[in-house]
Amino acid sequence: MNTRNKRFVMLTLIMVLALVVTACGGGTSSTGGEGGNAASSMTGKLDIDGSSTVYPLTEAIAEEFNRENPDVRIAVGVSGTGGGFKRFANGEIPIANASRHMKDKEKELATTNGIEPIELSVAYDGLSVIVSKDNDWVDKLTVAELKAIFEPGSKVKTWADVRAGWPNEKIKIYSPGADSGTFDYFTETINGEAQASRNDEQVTFSEDDNNLVQGVAGDKNAIGYFGFAYFEENKDKLKAVPIDNGKGAIAPTYETVQDGSYEPLSRPLFVYVDKGMLQEKPEVKAFMEFYLNTIGELAQEVGYIALPQAEMDKEIAKLK
Amino acid sequence: MNNLFQDANRQQISGRRRNDLIWRILFLGATMFGIVALSALIITIITDGIARLNPDLFTNYPSRRASASGMKSAIVGSLYMLCLMAPISFVLGVGAAIYLEEYAPKNRFTRLIQLNISTLAGVPSIVYGILGLAIFVRTFGLERSLLSGALTMTLLVLPIIIVASQEAIRAVPRARRDASFALGATKWQTVSRSVLPSAISAIMTGVILALSRAIGETAPLIIIGAATYVAFLPESLFDTFTVMPIQIYNWIARPQEAFQDLAASGIIVLMIMLVIMNVAAIMLRNKYQKNI
Repeated sequence: MNTRNKRFVMLTLIMVLALVVTACGGGTSSTGGEGGNAASSMTGKLDIDGSSTVYPLTEAIAEEFNRENPDVRIAVGVSGTGGGFKRFANGEIPIANASRHMKDKEKELATTNGIEPIELSVAYDGLSVIVSKDNDWVDKLTVAELKAIFEPGSKVKTWADVRAGWPNEKIKIYSPGADSGTFDYFTETINGEAQASRNDEQVTFSEDDNNLVQGVAGDKNAIGYFGFAYFEENKDKLKAVPIDNGKGAIAPTYETVQDGSYEPLSRPLFVYVDKGMLQEKPEVKAFMEFYLNTIGELAQEVGYIALPQAEMDKEIAKLK
Repeated sequence: MNNLFQDANRQQISGRRRNDLIWRILFLGATMFGIVALSALIITIITDGIARLNPDLFTNYPSRRASASGMKSAIVGSLYMLCLMAPISFVLGVGAAIYLEEYAPKNRFTRLIQLNISTLAGVPSIVYGILGLAIFVRTFGLERSLLSGALTMTLLVLPIIIVASQEAIRAVPRARRDASFALGATKWQTVSRSVLPSAISAIMTGVILALSRAIGETAPLIIIGAATYVAFLPESLFDTFTVMPIQIYNWIARPQEAFQDLAASGIIVLMIMLVIMNVAAIMLRNKYQKNI
């Protein structure tokens, strides 16, 4: 074993160690002191998890809450509504984001673990049925027509099958994937059963809503649906189809979703909090109060629709 | 008669040359395919992301506004992860390789272990996430912490490190060991003073490449519960954390275009980190080739 080789090995090991130490050291230097205007002395840790749809709302709230309470350490995860409920029911987290109601089974599990869930609506999402800007024939769709297009075993092959007089062109369907709450809500509302959806070669599923946007925008024979925010950001490429549920055709906008006239595809988004934690931990209570009182101003910024004030007051009352 | 042979020969040769050219073009095409795809990817990412590649990206925490968003907690999380993973996986991986190559008897049992390790190297990363969730988060009660994440990632890279280290150790000429034994050295003296020093650069190469794979992983960490919005830096091994790929993934899925550009900036940072690690690996390999 020559010394040159040995020295080189030592050098490498030292270099790697140095890299590791500097990297680690660099991180620790600037903890605390963030945010500047330390208005309160509240401390504590808040772990939140659940729906990725609700995530932007909670993130916005966490950001603003941290501005006033910089010492509360908030982490928000995106395990999905089901994953979040599981952790919530096990008592791992005090707050869960959800894009659907808690199922009975999940409630049972929570109760056995001494968790008392309080459901709070925080905002609305208007599921938007969209076509490409280049599609010049669709003026509206009735709920029955939507069902004909999206139901399992659908006979609709072309646009002419949807309504007489529309082009005899093959219809292409873009749908969120089976793991998403959007898919659950849409299939339940339109097809009558959650998860029951058309599934043939004319349907493309994607878990990434931006893929759906691209797919529909590039094809005038395509139709798809997703959350309002994705339509709002791509208005120049897409058209939201007004939906007729027997009371005239209504397109999704901030106003029609908020006043409830855009139906049946407006869905509420929820945050669940454990009653015990709410009473015991001041940071949980402060956070939830801040959430409900502030979300009205922030919802639109992240692409969701605020609850009317009267309804929000009812939600706030649930915290008392 | 002579002429006839020559003609046939010439024909054969030109035929072979044509054949050779066709293969050459095919192989060039195969090489270019990857290179063109990679450069297209890099160019789009750089054009999208260069604008947001400013200090804010490194000093700000995530925000609902793309313009104010940064990946400080994610970068620090990834670095911490690396710091924890590197020593643990090095010690365990190289230790296992030394045992299997130098100490273990060559029997059916060790062959079975060997087969298992090779298989594990090909297991999808999400499976390690599920394993990590069951073992470290639930059974050991480490919760969804930095430590659980690092240990899960260690599991993920271990098979790769073991295989690479075994190959490095096997490449050390038999004569070196024999010489050492002939001088009366024990097994451990031989391994520590002769085999390992010769193999260490190749081992380091393998370790660094394995670690750079782990730095880009998202799925297992999401499973074990790494958060997406983390507006603080981990203060202990048991703190909640996030890493760069998770942050990038979240930004890409956002509806706002500004977030997608931000994701591109994040990808550039991640890519630079990976390139640095790969260059280190190549430098080590070059050094190694000179020395053997």
